[in-house]
Amino acid sequence: MTTPVSERQSPETPVDELIPSVDEAPGSRPVAWPHRHLLDVDALTIDEIETVMRTADAMRQVLARPIPKVPALRGRSVTILFYEASTRTRVSFEVGAKNLSADVVNIAAATSSVAKGESLVDTVRTIEALGADILVIRHPVSGAPYLAASVFGGSVVNGGDGWHAHPTQALLDLYTMRQRLPRGSVAGRKVVILGDVLHSRVARSNVWALTAAGADVWLCGPPTLLRGFDAWARAGAGGRRFTVTSSVVDALRDADVVMALRIQKERMTGGLLPSLREYATRYGLTRERLSLARPDAIVMHPGPMNEGVEIAPAVATGAQSVIADQVANGVAIRMALLYLLAGART
Amino acid sequence: MTADEIRRATVRISHEVVEKQAGTEGLALIGIQRRGVPLARRIAGAIRDHEGVELPVGALDITFYRDDLSLVAQQPLVKGTDLPFDLNGRTVVLVDDVLYTGRTIRAAMDALVDFGRPHAIRLAVLVDRGHRELPIRADHVGKNVPTSREEVVRVHLAEVDDEDGVDIERTEPVLVGRAG
Repeated sequence: MTTPVSERQSPETPVDELIPSVDEAPGSRPVAWPHRHLLDVDALTIDEIETVMRTADAMRQVLARPIPKVPALRGRSVTILFYEASTRTRVSFEVGAKNLSADVVNIAAATSSVAKGESLVDTVRTIEALGADILVIRHPVSGAPYLAASVFGGSVVNGGDGWHAHPTQALLDLYTMRQRLPRGSVAGRKVVILGDVLHSRVARSNVWALTAAGADVWLCGPPTLLRGFDAWARAGAGGRRFTVTSSVVDALRDADVVMALRIQKERMTGGLLPSLREYATRYGLTRERLSLARPDAIVMHPGPMNEGVEIAPAVATGAQSVIADQVANGVAIRMALLYLLAGART
Repeated sequence: MTADEIRRATVRISHEVVEKQAGTEGLALIGIQRRGVPLARRIAGAIRDHEGVELPVGALDITFYRDDLSLVAQQPLVKGTDLPFDLNGRTVVLVDDVLYTGRTIRAAMDALVDFGRPHAIRLAVLVDRGHRELPIRADHVGKNVPTSREEVVRVHLAEVDDEDGVDIERTEPVLVGRAG
């Protein structure tokens, strides 16, 4: 099951009249971060996304130091509760929180009381009683972080929920694109998201972030893995249009960014793909297909990769690949979000 | 304070800094973001004029070292730290526009020691308005300005605000709740 993203209202939080800071000139006012939780990027305005990007710039400066640690979140407790496997998301949240001097607790659902049948709500209440200020949650059920946010007294960060949303991935993807594209902007750039769009929370969150930033977004894959996206494309993401196609040639031609998505074998309930080999033959991102894109196009993948299926090994590690940058930027983006949420005024 | 008064105070501080060090050997100036940075550059410029020595100038952002993250009503925008020299063994003069509670300076010293071990840290401020909450004092002060806590001291510098000047404004007390 999945929350129909297109029908959900953005929980707009009005920004109160800001109190002018004592030491700031007009026009360079600090922003109040108005969100207690980060559940998806559809709740963020383009200005707020900009604030995340600028804060991530500062975090990269911290990461470049010999000892990449600042005391910004000293005394805060971050609990990382993952009901699904993860390497880069979980570790980058942990590393980021530690770089900000927060105390970090890691819970893998498989070795917690969840295995004895404890409900999500009870688990979240227990974590709150144990003193957590920020809860980072990953869950196989779409919408689970929203349920957690309804009972948790601190801040909830969605680390990926089912097919629905993966906001920190979308923000680090946008950050990586801006870092690598000429003039640091995705506005007007053709960004292709290629592969298992149907099961991809990364694709859904990226559509929100990229269309908000003015990119020309294309979703491409076999028709069975694009189900429902035609209707969403017609409705638009917050009124912003994007293109859905099964033609890999149309999608890749003159693309500025090509993001390959993992074929999510664990979420395939049968009948969607004849075989992985056929998928690789018809939709895999090979050198030959990549040559349809602009010569300076960048190649992305949210990881983990099935090399030889959705992306050829030579492309994944080729000169156009920024996959390693995505991972490195993931720490900076997650530090920025933890920092902003810790100081949020709601 | 008028633009002329700011200029004279800056020049006097520049002489005091050199006098206290008995020369310019090992000196470095570090401005605290944001208005401490142009002030540090001005002091370095004055020292260049009368000593003929170009001192290294850095910029320090203390945002991540504040102890009041959950108390401030707004998130400070991070402006960046730039310390293009080795701090170890140097005499560092921290420069800021207004000295008030001392908490900014406490944070600045925490930030500095993350970058190295200076021989000594000194403090130069354009305005000392009193009301210290920590045992911190300035070595060099442009002007002591008695204020009440309800007042706001606004320093304007041409590099940031298009003009020089220091004003005191009265504000209504602002209620700031705990953010969370």
